[in-house]
Amino acid sequence: MIYDYLVIRFGEIAIKGKNKKTFVIKLEKDVREKLSRFTRLEIKRHYDDIEIKLNGEDGQAVIKILQSVFGIQNISSAIKAGKDLDSIREGILRIVSEETEAKTFKIAARRKDKRFPIHGSELNRELGAWVLTHCDRLSVDVHHPDLMLRVEVGVHETRIYGHEYRGAGGLPVGTSGKLLLMLSGGIDSPVAGYLMAKRGAVIEAIHFQSPPYTSDRAKQKVIDLTKKLQSFGGKINLHLVPFTNAQLAIRDQVPEDYRVTMMRRLMFRIAEKVAAKTGALAIATGESLGQVASQTLESMNTINQVTNLPILRPLIAMDKLDISRIAKQIDTYDISIRPYEDCCTIFLPKAPRTRPDRKHAAHFESFLDSDALVDEAVQGVETLTIDGRENEDAFSSLL
Amino acid sequence: MIYLDNSATTKPYKEALDTYRIVSEQFFANPSSLHKLGGQSEALLSRSREKAASLLGVDDHEIVFTSGGTEGNNLAIKGAAIAYRQRGRHLITTSIEHVSSLNAFKQLEQLGFEVTYLPVDREGRVSFEDFKRAYRKDTILVSVMHVNNEVGTVQPVREIAEFLKTKPTTVFHVDNVQGFAKIPLHLKNSGIDLCTISGHKFHGPKGTGILYVRSGTLLSPLFSGGVQENQRRAGTENLPGICGMVRALRITREHENSGIQHLSALQKQLRAGLSEIDGAVIHTPLKGAAPHIMNVSLSGIKSEVLVHALEEDDIYVSTKSACSSRDTEASGVLLSMCVPEDEAKQAIRISTAFETTSEEIDTFLRALKRHVQQLKIVMR
Repeated sequence: MIYDYLVIRFGEIAIKGKNKKTFVIKLEKDVREKLSRFTRLEIKRHYDDIEIKLNGEDGQAVIKILQSVFGIQNISSAIKAGKDLDSIREGILRIVSEETEAKTFKIAARRKDKRFPIHGSELNRELGAWVLTHCDRLSVDVHHPDLMLRVEVGVHETRIYGHEYRGAGGLPVGTSGKLLLMLSGGIDSPVAGYLMAKRGAVIEAIHFQSPPYTSDRAKQKVIDLTKKLQSFGGKINLHLVPFTNAQLAIRDQVPEDYRVTMMRRLMFRIAEKVAAKTGALAIATGESLGQVASQTLESMNTINQVTNLPILRPLIAMDKLDISRIAKQIDTYDISIRPYEDCCTIFLPKAPRTRPDRKHAAHFESFLDSDALVDEAVQGVETLTIDGRENEDAFSSLL
Repeated sequence: MIYLDNSATTKPYKEALDTYRIVSEQFFANPSSLHKLGGQSEALLSRSREKAASLLGVDDHEIVFTSGGTEGNNLAIKGAAIAYRQRGRHLITTSIEHVSSLNAFKQLEQLGFEVTYLPVDREGRVSFEDFKRAYRKDTILVSVMHVNNEVGTVQPVREIAEFLKTKPTTVFHVDNVQGFAKIPLHLKNSGIDLCTISGHKFHGPKGTGILYVRSGTLLSPLFSGGVQENQRRAGTENLPGICGMVRALRITREHENSGIQHLSALQKQLRAGLSEIDGAVIHTPLKGAAPHIMNVSLSGIKSEVLVHALEEDDIYVSTKSACSSRDTEASGVLLSMCVPEDEAKQAIRISTAFETTSEEIDTFLRALKRHVQQLKIVMR
């Protein structure tokens, strides 16, 4: 690869005014962490971008990793030239002679340093003519060029950009505070977690399990999903809640059609307590309006009654197909479709009520010792920390 | 003992055998069993798959664990030909493939497929131009070995892969049993759809292997049965073997770069030593060959005699491919390279491993010189 530099540009962070620096510093930290195995890289933070000198490391591999870091709008490959026309020409020619597949090109030059004597438009003509006289293969196409050569004359040096790669967008992980994600093991909740992480949230995850009705494999599934979410940055605490007794009590005390509503209410009560313990300021779910009985407006209204915390539902207006598409893209889909029962699918009534109301729910709940059930569940929480380090377990020494 | 038959099989790493034994003892439950023990075996299986995938630079679900090279080649070739038989009936391979590929193609011919066998030049290499000429609209499968198992010649699989990238109706299989960890071959986005490797060729346990199946490539399974390996290979998984192989894979990867350099140095040493022997004709090309194979004919001495003579000194080399060495015919690969039949019957194959030392090569060369002189006197 001829390009020896990569330049990372920020999306939204760039408009954060006085907070910009905090965001950029966090992003720089994330970038360094993700690229730590490429020991030869030199990473430098500037006001408007982060610059990476490759020093012979595999540029494509680095780009691939950068594309999963939140807060990056795009990544450009680049070379550097001096601040005189000859040096810029020489740089352009280096790229052109290397990019043998390209048939058409365009030059887009700009001087950031206004002291540079040649205007942008003048520079375009100058360099365009230079390429045309030195490379017979190429012709100009200003609309759809195979090779877009952006030239940026800065204060100290000139950068010439080759290819631009799209980044993941969003905000650096951890710049938006902490929330508690209700992670079921289905297709939706990991996607909800991904979207919230992309907006900079720190994720804590909570999962309800009901042994022996649910198995170790179901638990492993949730751990694997958490690992995938973690791969986008930060570390994730996964709280595993024992939920069997609560479900048995609901089965014994609550009419069949209200059981789902009641289960969700108890889950929110428990989640609220866990959120308070961990400092999470909101709860996120993978609910999508009308997808199942518990996700109608009536259900959400009835279930939401039990908590004051903001309930964030990033998928609320999305179709199942679109959600699945994201799940495939972030690699959680194949894990989500593993066929193990989770606590939402056991004791499922044949016809759950799609339009429950608060009055009935409160009445039925009065037959349950909710506080005791909630306390018992919260006491029994097992917390795993998923931090992306390959955990040294019995398997590691075998393989 | 000086073991120079590493293309036939390698000595397993101690670590791989440790893993094999521990997994056999502690994770004997069937990964498909519902109970917790089964769950543990399943978790270990999926960790092995992840590890193998990351070591090969591919996705987890693109890994199919097999029983070795022969199964991998059969599953790839017959599996793809049968899965895509509605698209076309034309297949392309080479005349110097391993018997597990060649005979799979013979079987497909009986089922009505048409097969083009590409010839090779004097160095044992197929030509990319020949391939392009043979390629047709109805070609559904191309199968080419990366490194020839008898002479070590590297085939133009990268060029073919690049060409086939733009031909979505053709599946490309590479038999990389001999090339793996000897000549680097990138799989992801390479144009290669299927790739066979074998565990016991890189110091793993026997009866293990991996078939890489690019996401989206269909295969008709060889075995009817359960849904193991994502319905591509029925049968209870050989978990101890798989884990042992993955461990060997990791160790091999760790030593790959320095190992290949070491093999090249040994090959130079061998070549220099062999060229001093009267009547030695080296068949392994100087350029474009794997670093671990050296094929040479010693004029006037039948290869089998030499193999037995060397074994008296506790030195082990082979005549040709172990899978076809029992028949007394001359090597088909050498004949394809236009080596005269007499000379082909005098060929031995010397194949090294990362652990082979320069001293061992010296000792081997000295022994060979001695035997060649003696045998020439006897056989004159």
